[in-house]
Amino acid sequence: MVRLAKNLKEIYRYRVLIQNLVSRELKARYRGSVLGFLWSFFNPLLLMIIYTIVFGFILPNRSSEFGNSPWLYALFLFSGVLPWVWFSSSSIESANVLMIHGNLIKKILFPAEALPIVTVTSNLVHFSFGFPILLLFVWIFGKPFTLYMLFLPVVVLVQFIFSLGFSFLLSALTVHFRDIKDILANLLTFWFFSTPIVYPYSFVQKYKVIKTLVDLNPMTHIIEGYHSCLFYGQLIHWKKLGLTLIVSLVLFYIGYAVFDRLRDSFPEEV
Amino acid sequence: MPAIELENVTRVYQKYSARHRFQTFKSALVKGDLFRSLKADELVTAVDGISLRVEKGMTFGVVGENGSGKSTLLKLVAGIAKPSSGRLKVEGKISALIELGAGFHPEISGRENVYINGIMLGLSKKEISRKFDEIVRFAELQDFIDAPVKTYSSGMYMRLGFSVAINVNPDVLLIDEVLAVGDAAFVPKCLDRIDDFRRRKKTILFVSHDLATVEKICDKVAWMKAGRIQMLGEPKRVVDAYLQDIAAEQEADFQKQKAAVDLEQKWEEERREKRWGKREIEIGKVLLKNLRGEEKHVFTPEEGLVIEMDIAAREPIKDFVFGIGIFNSQGTSCYGTNTYLEDYEPLTIEGQGRVVCRIEKLNLINGTYYLDVAVHKRDGYPYDYHRNLYSFLVSSTLKDVGIARLPHSWTFSPAIKIEPPGR
Repeated sequence: MVRLAKNLKEIYRYRVLIQNLVSRELKARYRGSVLGFLWSFFNPLLLMIIYTIVFGFILPNRSSEFGNSPWLYALFLFSGVLPWVWFSSSSIESANVLMIHGNLIKKILFPAEALPIVTVTSNLVHFSFGFPILLLFVWIFGKPFTLYMLFLPVVVLVQFIFSLGFSFLLSALTVHFRDIKDILANLLTFWFFSTPIVYPYSFVQKYKVIKTLVDLNPMTHIIEGYHSCLFYGQLIHWKKLGLTLIVSLVLFYIGYAVFDRLRDSFPEEV
Repeated sequence: MPAIELENVTRVYQKYSARHRFQTFKSALVKGDLFRSLKADELVTAVDGISLRVEKGMTFGVVGENGSGKSTLLKLVAGIAKPSSGRLKVEGKISALIELGAGFHPEISGRENVYINGIMLGLSKKEISRKFDEIVRFAELQDFIDAPVKTYSSGMYMRLGFSVAINVNPDVLLIDEVLAVGDAAFVPKCLDRIDDFRRRKKTILFVSHDLATVEKICDKVAWMKAGRIQMLGEPKRVVDAYLQDIAAEQEADFQKQKAAVDLEQKWEEERREKRWGKREIEIGKVLLKNLRGEEKHVFTPEEGLVIEMDIAAREPIKDFVFGIGIFNSQGTSCYGTNTYLEDYEPLTIEGQGRVVCRIEKLNLINGTYYLDVAVHKRDGYPYDYHRNLYSFLVSSTLKDVGIARLPHSWTFSPAIKIEPPGR
């Protein structure tokens, strides 16, 4: 714990570096692409359109929650997909990040933990680029702007901690087990459908086993947090989110501990 | 007051076997040895209990063969690697010229990379802005600084990396072999900069294979061998000792090889291709010795070279010439002579004999040389011709170029201020 605190302080010292690396990451991503940073909401938008067509029109989802409107369903989807993309891209990129930037770890004095942090943070910036679009949709589809939206930063914070912990764990382990990348791709598909993004949380109440599974999934409560703030316009579920925060902190601690333990092996293995 | 102080520092590397590279998370889970598979298979000691003090303002050189632990030592001082045991202290800001431009991102411009690289090396944004023009000018990249780094040539890349690193204005500068990749115009510029550092009494730790430069710029040199400091002291003395050690090792290698080759029949066959003549007069064993009569493979110019040939003539012959020829590794003839060219008049030869050619001073530049020995008629008809069958190495501390070293000396009129070698 003491060591963790010391290291966190060290990371704080590197904040200018992290900040610059994040902006470099974002610049490099859009350099040379025609649409530039428009891509950051283009991807979730495309995803939303596909899901809307499939689940709104082809397999119509006549639920009272969406007032039988495929457009409201699209909004519901979008408010869940956007944060999910943040989480999943952070995880996928983290699994590679130490190898990609192996030069930095090997050749110069560089805090390795900056790399997963940069990954999660730059994806957070991405996520926030998509946010205006999301608010625009909220407005277009006539959902009211409520004061509950002010709780969004809390949800974002919980997800940030959770994502970061998971990224530490992934990045450190992938150095030693290269197949984690492939496992992760499958895991994320499974995880995506275990989270109420495509379907509303209320739908799983009927099936006990599925409900337990979905309830045990920390991402459920994070995404539900977004839904509460943006879609339902209600207060976030404090108890569930609070518990998720604790789980996130534990994951962060474990992830960081594993990362720290394996740190010495990075320069030789990446 | 020491700028760098190491006390009994050891660095052990974990080495994973080749199998580890292919290990998968799935198999580790299935076999249930997840934790075991994260452990190293083998430990390698790269730096073994080194104690060292480098005083402030000193230029300290480290020499040694590949794998002797030089670079690890530098990484330890730079803080990139942590000592496994022992104590290490460095006073002041460090800049390491270890891997130039290691942090560059190929997709973004040189300008942005300078900023990020500078921040990585411990500068603030403001400091970089102030030094930016100087950095770009030094790297000679004014016209390209806004192009993405992926469009740079390796020389441009390296120049920019060097320029950023040197402009960090450190108290301790670590240099590892980076000057080896620069082009002919840039290297002197870098050396100038390093000289400038020395004048300003900054501490430099310099690792290089370029022994001439080490001798020239260092105040003190350590020679590392197998992770330990073999010798520490005045540059000339240490470099000489190191060179002697290399020569001795090459010599030992040669002896071992020779012992192995003598046993093998194959060598004889290979020999036949490089040997011609009907052998009316045959050259048997050929030995290369120094003037003191020791059989050797690596020679210093002062040692001289003695070529001994065992000769056997099957019948009395009246027309014969003995000759030698020395070729360098490019196949250029460096020197050749024979008894006919030197007006020796052959009378008669019969039975066993020995011919010795004694070269008092081996005035060749450093390198590998091949030797021809031959016995033939005056008109060139070969009795026995050995083409490049023997080789030797010349090794000296001088770095002159060309083919031969012509005996010479320099004098200067009093107005020319110039320092003789050896300071």
